Amino acid sequence: MTELLLPPGLLLVLGALLMPLGVKIRNALIFSLPVLCLLMIWSAPADHVVTLPFLGFELEPIKITTTGQLFATVFSIMALVGGIFAYKQANTLELSAAFVYAGSAIGVTLSGDLITLFIFWEVMAIGSTLVIWAARHEGAYRASIRYLLIHLFGGLLLMAGIAGHVVETGSIRFEALSLESISQYLILAGFLINAGAPPLSAWIADAYPEASPSGTVFLSAFTTKTAVFTLLVAFPGTWVLIPIGIYMIFYGIIYALLENDMRRILAYSIVNQVGFMVTGIGLGTEMALNGAAAHAFAHIIYKALLLMSAGAVLYRTGKRRCTDLGGLFQTMPWTALLGIIGALAISSFPFTSGFVTKSMIAQSAADQHLAIVWFALAAASAGVFLHAGIKFPWFVFFQKDSGMRPPEAPPNMLLAMTVFAVLCIGLGIYPEPLYAILPFEVTYQAYTAAHLVAYFQLLLFAGLAFFVMLPMMKRTLTISLDFDWFYRQLFPLIDKVSVQITQGINAIGTNIVQIGWRAFQSTLQTSRLSKYHLAESWPTGSMVLWIGVMLGAYLVMNAWF
Amino acid sequence: MSAQDKRWLLRKENIRTLWIIFIAILLATVVAGFFVHQHESFGIEDSFGFYAWYGFITCVGMVIFAKLLGIFLKRPEDYYANGSNGDSNTGETHHD
Repeated sequence: MTELLLPPGLLLVLGALLMPLGVKIRNALIFSLPVLCLLMIWSAPADHVVTLPFLGFELEPIKITTTGQLFATVFSIMALVGGIFAYKQANTLELSAAFVYAGSAIGVTLSGDLITLFIFWEVMAIGSTLVIWAARHEGAYRASIRYLLIHLFGGLLLMAGIAGHVVETGSIRFEALSLESISQYLILAGFLINAGAPPLSAWIADAYPEASPSGTVFLSAFTTKTAVFTLLVAFPGTWVLIPIGIYMIFYGIIYALLENDMRRILAYSIVNQVGFMVTGIGLGTEMALNGAAAHAFAHIIYKALLLMSAGAVLYRTGKRRCTDLGGLFQTMPWTALLGIIGALAISSFPFTSGFVTKSMIAQSAADQHLAIVWFALAAASAGVFLHAGIKFPWFVFFQKDSGMRPPEAPPNMLLAMTVFAVLCIGLGIYPEPLYAILPFEVTYQAYTAAHLVAYFQLLLFAGLAFFVMLPMMKRTLTISLDFDWFYRQLFPLIDKVSVQITQGINAIGTNIVQIGWRAFQSTLQTSRLSKYHLAESWPTGSMVLWIGVMLGAYLVMNAWF
Repeated sequence: MSAQDKRWLLRKENIRTLWIIFIAILLATVVAGFFVHQHESFGIEDSFGFYAWYGFITCVGMVIFAKLLGIFLKRPEDYYANGSNGDSNTGETHHD
């Protein structure tokens, strides 16, 4: 039991800044920092709090809670295994940015007050944007700017909410908040934007797939799950989260079904999976909150595994579209196998991690007799297998022979995938260590005969539906419209149109002035006054006239003012 | 490429075998449903093959719904690239 002096998240952030010093230092930091961070998280005494006075407030930059510890743990594991996946192929910018990003996410999970949380929250936005930039191509840059705008907007809402909350209550403590005034709603909105909630869900599928093969792996883990963590702490049992979560679940499925880009399919399924967690938080019972927390833990691992598998394919082939891929199991059998394990876990197949976590959420809907929620979750569980569980491996590794014969993924990528695949199955067979670190005591038993039969029926018949409907699933070279249409198409269009309108008005105005001036000139020339033109000739009479006008004007001004 | 050179999984006759195995497993899960008792919260979960038909029907429904929605939502890949901002979104990624 040691006292912590430095927030464990800050350790990663500061360490990341040393990474550009050299490849050897960088690699040593990649492997040592997350391990050190894990040690710090777990060696600190339970409910350990460090305080720091700041502008009359007592900041709590380190507060070890059960929920925070759980999220910080999986974030550290993600940083380590993601580092193994990336360290040979990714550039230093990406790796440093990823560790700043991971560190600030850990910082959020261990912060005890809203000010510390907000600072780490914003550092996270910067870190993640830099991860996208590290892909170094035009599409990534543009996507990252859209991504940053959304997150700055979310951060703005959060800051306004926090400021209002502090003024109203005088408390900066990060704890369960009740929706009493607009301030708490603003905080909720700020959290939900990072979770990928509607209407701004499009940023995930827009930005994440533009990052490098390893960049997307890092991105998939932290932002949305930090949002799940903050919702879990601040807004458990807020009923409005149930419809929001269910919308996210089906949004993810439908858009993934329409999608052709393999990594965008997986990005949509992040929204889908976070939807399950948000629904669980909305249900708010101990079992539902346990389910949401456990599902976040399992999800980070299998989603990263899936994106690693997709990343390895992208790295070897340079192709992202399902229409270009297919038949890769022949030369990339390990990538295919490990990807399939991730696909089974996301589908909550029995004996994988998803099975022991997601079903807690559905079970608590049944316990509360929320029929619509339960039937929606059951349909969605089948739908997950449909849109991610089969669709991803089928179109990438089987489907048709694309003719490509890429070599197997590099050893470090395979190692990272193997570690996560082992965790997917290990947690599925032996969930007790995960159950032990959940926020509440677990009384749930996943492995009953009835539950097994139910899931095998649900999932295998979803599989049947996939193959029966295969002709309708034929991929097309298309993208799907989403809310981002407003800021990618409508706003530029309004901009263009309004520029044209202003130019038009301008032109008309100029014309009127010009025509008027010409008319004035011609009338002046034909009138008797024309002989008083200045500069043409210099008659004395003209000078006398104008002096008279000026003196007269002066007299009038004097009389008036 | 002759049929012999093709991978086991890519040969026509084997795909037929796989279908037969798959359907046998599907039937087995439905039969297994008779031997277990589903806890009923909504009075339907323990009926004959509930999870089987529910999973199948909802998935078919979701695929059809997505297909219909696609009529309105699908756009060519370079849809956003046509605008003034010259955005390339679905091009191949170049990595170092």
